[in-house]
Amino acid sequence: MIRAPAFLSGLGRFYIGLVLVFLYLPLIIMAAMSFNASPFYQLPFEGTTEWYAALAQNDGLIAATLNSLKIAVMTTILATVLGTAASLALFRYEFRGKRVLQALLFPPIAIPWLISGTAMLIFFFGTGIGRGLHAILLGHVALALPYVIIVVSARLQTFSKDLEDAAASLGASSWQTTRKVTLPCIAPGIVAGGLFAFAVSFDQFVVSYFLATPGQTTLPVEIYAAIRKGFTPEINAVSTIIIVFSMSLMLVVSRFFRFGGDQ
Amino acid sequence: MARVEVQNVSLTFGAHKAVDDVSIAFEDGGFYALLGPSGSGKTTLLRMIAGFEFPDEGSIRIDGEAVENVPVNRRRIGMVFQNYALFPNMSVEANVAFGLEVRGETGEAVRRAVAEALDLVQLGALAKRRPHQLSGGQRQRVALARAIVTKPRVLLLDEPLSALDKALRTDMQVELKRIQREVGVTTIFVTHDQDEALSISDRIGILKDGRIVQEGAPEEIYDRPKSEFAATFLGEANILSGEVSGGRLQLDATTAIALPQGTNAAPGRLRCAIRPERVRIAAAPTGVNGDRAGQLRGTVVRRLFSGSASTYFVDCTGREMKAIVQRGGGADIVVGSPVALDWDPADLIPLPAA
Repeated sequence: MIRAPAFLSGLGRFYIGLVLVFLYLPLIIMAAMSFNASPFYQLPFEGTTEWYAALAQNDGLIAATLNSLKIAVMTTILATVLGTAASLALFRYEFRGKRVLQALLFPPIAIPWLISGTAMLIFFFGTGIGRGLHAILLGHVALALPYVIIVVSARLQTFSKDLEDAAASLGASSWQTTRKVTLPCIAPGIVAGGLFAFAVSFDQFVVSYFLATPGQTTLPVEIYAAIRKGFTPEINAVSTIIIVFSMSLMLVVSRFFRFGGDQ
Repeated sequence: MARVEVQNVSLTFGAHKAVDDVSIAFEDGGFYALLGPSGSGKTTLLRMIAGFEFPDEGSIRIDGEAVENVPVNRRRIGMVFQNYALFPNMSVEANVAFGLEVRGETGEAVRRAVAEALDLVQLGALAKRRPHQLSGGQRQRVALARAIVTKPRVLLLDEPLSALDKALRTDMQVELKRIQREVGVTTIFVTHDQDEALSISDRIGILKDGRIVQEGAPEEIYDRPKSEFAATFLGEANILSGEVSGGRLQLDATTAIALPQGTNAAPGRLRCAIRPERVRIAAAPTGVNGDRAGQLRGTVVRRLFSGSASTYFVDCTGREMKAIVQRGGGADIVVGSPVALDWDPADLIPLPAA
């Protein structure tokens, strides 16, 4: 390792500090304010948990949170299973139209969600699928699928086909090979793809907003609606809970799979 | 353990005929090398015997059973891959146990078989390690143990030693030979390394452009190659071509060499090979009959000293000949000096027209 000159390493630390401040300061302020008695961000700080108590009484927000979680979990499962299966098929088999299919998988990522959302709304309306949680779930799976395929396929690039051949030569069936060799080897990619799917769904505002109906809504849509009516510190409280939850999830997963570390 | 019979097998990839009407039998318990340059079809042939590729035409029999349409996982073969292909997500032990477990075997029987296989390759102490904690040679042994623990009918090796350095490769050749003897499994070994093929196998099949050029014991092919390709690919050879006339080979207007006794070659063009170590080299005698000494005369243009032997490159009026002299087998000859080359006519190998 090359040791950086002192002034550079000082500059580097300053830069990293700045990045962390920009990333985390707003979150920390929000978390702090969720425990502040004043609903108008007034100092001095007076500790309270009344906003969390109020949140517990806010059925709309709680229902929306549960909807969001349900949809995110189902999106994660569906998109990860479908995406992993699709990646394996693209990795293993040669078939007509494979190149076209591969090329068509990625543009949806570049299409603004606003446009995808509009298109889905029109399509779901026209086909009779309609709006509601089921439509939101369908939309989220469609949005998340390319991310899973990209991440899992990238992992498969580092996976040698010889390993599958070796398993087959030892008598393993195609399913045994997949379960005991291929999937464990690409597990970090599958988990990363699943996290993407979860994030795409849990974060999703635009598409959910288009497909939600009153009473069947997700947390981002509900928060948006609540802010339009008037900001309450309960929003800080629910946001804080979600930040803590998401960050713990990421920490656990990244430690468990040692992203970036050697296998 | 079984006899493998390949009959009239062909496989075409697009416009490229990878394997072209190959027939070869691998006897029970034999150690065979398939030798050829890259693109000769040797790996494709091996992959067809394994069941990764399926022939367009022809049949493959293992133990009398036609297997050309049986998928690899039901052929009961063992295979060692060029890059070892050890499962990185499993320990050494689990790698070796894999083939038994997918067959539904469990418990003590598996443990005993795995321990035996690891002992055979002398890796018992490393059973708990992960593949990435092993050296290249150790990985090779694990791959071998994994392939033989299932008692395959035939063991297939695809250039298994090519990733090892030279010293280790020689050790592994000896080791592989020992293990094959102990297990007694019919073994087919693909390599492009002629020395490896010569030293390790009981029989060699030489491939070129998807065809078997010659098949036989190493000594037999080395001593009696049937084509210029076999002569030059397996070992080194000087090739001499000329017109047959009166029991002699007329190389050009002024030079003729003796053919081996009993050669009943029809008059016409003939090519012959002579191994460089069979060529004797001596300083050309001066004097009345000096230009009649030896079979060919020329000038040393280069000398390559390789420790135990020297290779002389001799220009015989435009025809380059190589002669290998063992260290101590004669005084050194200086580059530029005129020499006479001689050999026993019986060492001259007539090559059928190719």
